[in-house]
Amino acid sequence: MNAPEPQVIRMYEARQEIYPREAKGRYASLRWLCVWLTQLAFYGLPWLTWNGRQAVLFDLTTRKFYLFGLVLWPQDFIYLAALLIICAWLLFLVTAVAGRVWCGFACPQTVYTEIFLWIERKIEGPRSARIALAKQGPSLQKFSKKTAKHLAWGAVALWTGFTFVGYFTPIKVLGAESFTLAFGPWEWFWVLFYALATYGNAGWLREQVCKYMCPYARFQSSMFDRDTLIVTYDAKRGEPRGKVAKDTGKSVNGGSCIDCTMCVQVCPTGIDIRNGLQYECIGCAACVDACNSVMDKVEQPRGLIRYSTDRALATGMSAQDIRRRAMRPRVLIYTAGLLLVVIAVGTSLALRTPLKMDVIRDRGSMGREVDGGAIENVYRLQIMNTTEQSHRYRITAAGMPGLALATKDEVTLAGTETRAVPIRLRAPHGAGATGSNKITVQLTALDDPALTVKETAVFIVPR
Amino acid sequence: MSDFTNNFWNLYIVVLTVLGVLGCAVLLYSQSKYKVAKHNGPVGTTGHVWDEDLTELNTPMPRWWMWMFYLTIVFGIAYLFLYPGLGSYAGKLGWNSAKEYKTELAKADSEYGPLFEKYRQQDLKAVAADPQAHAIGERLFLTYCAQCHGSDARGNKGFPNLTDKDWLHGGAPETIKQTIMNGRHGVMPAMGAALGSDKDIENVAHYVLSLSGSAASDPIKSVFGKSKFSACMACHGAGGVGNQAMGAPNLADKTWLYGGSAETIMETIRKGRDNTMPAFGDFLGESKVHVLSAYVWSLSNETK
Repeated sequence: MNAPEPQVIRMYEARQEIYPREAKGRYASLRWLCVWLTQLAFYGLPWLTWNGRQAVLFDLTTRKFYLFGLVLWPQDFIYLAALLIICAWLLFLVTAVAGRVWCGFACPQTVYTEIFLWIERKIEGPRSARIALAKQGPSLQKFSKKTAKHLAWGAVALWTGFTFVGYFTPIKVLGAESFTLAFGPWEWFWVLFYALATYGNAGWLREQVCKYMCPYARFQSSMFDRDTLIVTYDAKRGEPRGKVAKDTGKSVNGGSCIDCTMCVQVCPTGIDIRNGLQYECIGCAACVDACNSVMDKVEQPRGLIRYSTDRALATGMSAQDIRRRAMRPRVLIYTAGLLLVVIAVGTSLALRTPLKMDVIRDRGSMGREVDGGAIENVYRLQIMNTTEQSHRYRITAAGMPGLALATKDEVTLAGTETRAVPIRLRAPHGAGATGSNKITVQLTALDDPALTVKETAVFIVPR
Repeated sequence: MSDFTNNFWNLYIVVLTVLGVLGCAVLLYSQSKYKVAKHNGPVGTTGHVWDEDLTELNTPMPRWWMWMFYLTIVFGIAYLFLYPGLGSYAGKLGWNSAKEYKTELAKADSEYGPLFEKYRQQDLKAVAADPQAHAIGERLFLTYCAQCHGSDARGNKGFPNLTDKDWLHGGAPETIKQTIMNGRHGVMPAMGAALGSDKDIENVAHYVLSLSGSAASDPIKSVFGKSKFSACMACHGAGGVGNQAMGAPNLADKTWLYGGSAETIMETIRKGRDNTMPAFGDFLGESKVHVLSAYVWSLSNETK
């Protein structure tokens, strides 16, 4: 047994700055479409109005979530769980079919990095100019460009932070406050925190978030199999690579890859896709776009780097076969699970009664005898009108012969009002057994019989 | 601050906390000693060997990470200095939850105070007619009064019904306010010995029943009881109509605080009754009691 040889290992590698070249093509356009759609929704939604209030508002102080016509109360928290379950199933499904397309096209980290990179390109120029600028020594031009870039980034970041807080504080109020900088302490904190997070993540951390920090990326690989679409390099066709030969357009060594390194230059995580599938690959397909445009130039067929599957590369399957393989049990199970949850949530939301009631029996007295030997029990109804309209409700009780309300049987609640309503129930002498009797209390809106809730309670007949 | 009667437990906590912090510091320091000689120099091993030749590289933590750990210790010490955490030591900032509660209370008072103050300056009957004040009063009642008087204010045995016209101390709005502010103490002395035998007590009970025209009253016993009732007149008056100035109940109506059967009345006479309505003035403050009084008055004087 030999003693281990002393070895030199760099334990901490400093980050290599990446200057992604701009990719143009089908997938880049698709990504920009995603950027536009997600950001129009994110920046635009808080400004919409519905029923005279902000259409989408997560009002934490009154604990009500407004989503257009839907008002969610703390009791509806289950829908948040349902939403998360739907997101999980969606991620499973999409990842099993098409790999990390979420990462490459719709993830906020990608989207904001794309926006920040666009700003960087507009101010500092294309990749070569940015590398040159980074290399050159301090100069007024460098300083002014860098300053301009960071100011622009800061402005986008602040607007993003402002919008984020606008989902929790009415954004028009927040906008008015911003003119005088009269934010509350928590508003200040979250606007600045979210702005800083945007600036830091999209401006500085970029691919490091995907590579080292993102938990999604860590467990997405468990949803991959040999039939999952991935961005791949067709080594059979590409190798041996080499400089381009003028006559054939192929490399001098005979493969299709002319080793132009465009795929490496556009990669936002700085990898070489030709080395095979790597954990850093976020499936953004920028290399596909870059390679396709090069193949067009050298008049070779597209698709040297393309979306394909592991199995298809090994066996040379056609695109149709790849599509057929998408209907495999794993995908079908994910789809079924997703549909099941979506249908369950949809049904539950549709059948939901926007009226809630708790029946609380007074603990102080078991039951009192009144004129004629009738027995009275006192209850407190905790009624929540979770709609935004005022309703008049009728209270009724059943479960014992002759059981009736001895107090007013109608109550009006304003929109989103919660109120405790004391009621007295009276049962005639001899009705029901001594001890506790199961009864039900029902609440029905007079203008809308669908607004009905029924709660069980206990009526006590004293000995 | 401390709830312990014995100082031992304070010391116990102090020692545990200090040892915990020191232990973390010592552990960190000892681990930082296992450093690679140079930043990119040869990496040593921990000396552990498995399966003949598998060794574990001694990979140290980045320095900034170590510093973060040290900072948590500094934070912990600063925290223990500023806030209570070491046994009975109150902390430099003097923070405690009771103070925080008072601050919150003061904040709420300054927010809602003006509203209550506005009502306080109005006449009680005017407040009773105000729908907003009525709603506030109802909530106050459900929170502070419903435990004894019931959510519907109709009371229980020993706890008066507030929705009828029958009042022990008077039902004027100002009287109700005084009752809530200062509380009431209703005492009926035990009269068993003063009245005489059990027979006498039974007779008086039946006379009392006859005052309110109860069918359960035995006319003969009632006649015998009438002469003995003189012992009760000092408080309940000649006709048993009671005296609101001293909180003596009217015995000539059908309202009974403890029950209107002969047995219950006999028990009351024999053993007396002692009944307390607590004072809420200091607890709620006058302006809240004002709104509450208006609500209680409105229960027996429907304005709408």
